Amino acid sequence: MSFINYAAREINCKIVYYGPGLGGKTTNIQWIHEKTRADAKGKLISLATETERTLFFDFLPIELGTIRGFRMRFHLYTVPGQVFYDASRKLILKGVDGVVFVADSQEARMDANIEAVRNLNENLKEQGYDLATMPYALQLNKRDLPSAVALAELEKALRIKDEPIFEAVATTGEGVFDTLKSIIKLVLKDLKSR
Amino acid sequence: MVILETDHKVFMGLLETMLSESNAQYVFLVDKSGPQIAAAGDLEMDTTSLASLTAGAVAATEGLSSLIGETQFSTLFHEGAEHSLHISQVGEKAILLIIFDEKSSLGLVRLRTQQHLPALVDAVEEVVNRSQQDGRPSATISSAGFAEISDEDIDALFG
Repeated sequence: MSFINYAAREINCKIVYYGPGLGGKTTNIQWIHEKTRADAKGKLISLATETERTLFFDFLPIELGTIRGFRMRFHLYTVPGQVFYDASRKLILKGVDGVVFVADSQEARMDANIEAVRNLNENLKEQGYDLATMPYALQLNKRDLPSAVALAELEKALRIKDEPIFEAVATTGEGVFDTLKSIIKLVLKDLKSR
Repeated sequence: MVILETDHKVFMGLLETMLSESNAQYVFLVDKSGPQIAAAGDLEMDTTSLASLTAGAVAATEGLSSLIGETQFSTLFHEGAEHSLHISQVGEKAILLIIFDEKSSLGLVRLRTQQHLPALVDAVEEVVNRSQQDGRPSATISSAGFAEISDEDIDALFG
């Protein structure tokens, strides 16, 4: 649910990075924070454990200029990927405008990827959303690892509709901004079409 | 949710009254999904983060309440050495955050919240109901020219 404020002339949209634990959701947000110019970003907030696992969420507000006089503000959130934090994931999906699914390309994480897609679908439904119509991008992360599964196989297992798919190495920034740009475009097109 | 300038005036009137009557430093209205709706007060702070964390705290508390079979905990209070936070649910969609120091007290803040909350709930519900009725948000977006947004406009955002 985007938030349009005519008094402040701004539009706020919420984008959630979803996916299995240790898949690179936080690394995506950290890279975006690091590479975005100071006047276009807010503070990166990470509610994490002592071992830097996401406990509740990471939050990064970014501002990408104006469209037709409205400041375009995007609130980027990650969810905790670990299976037992499901209650937190549901809460963070409230009011979501678009989802980036960050998949872990390693063979050993295929089951975790598939389970996380299933979990996303279920939690969106619980919040009254439909993944079939939700702006959605799929990022295949960790493409640099030797154990990475072939692209076609990942696509076959994880593609759920005609979503854009990006190969990424979030630790070096590869594919991070392409994914972000894509989901922002999808969210804005969705907003425009409503 | 779509906040029009007339809504903003109504919110600001209520928040400024609460600010002065409760001797608070900051009164802040937040959408439950994280963005700020309106704020009154002159405390220098990162309001975007404040709004997001407040929404997160309320969401977590809602999770706790449903676990123990409560419908909701309507109020949260965090007491600090210099500043304290008083958080209240404003209907189903919004949250009221009041930041105060030793110039006020929990009793006064609670009293003023109880007095003014019904009007705030009404004002938020009016915005929410209007947003849900017969595609009004679409109409307002269209009237602002937003519907004619082009791919070039979107590309231009990224420089």
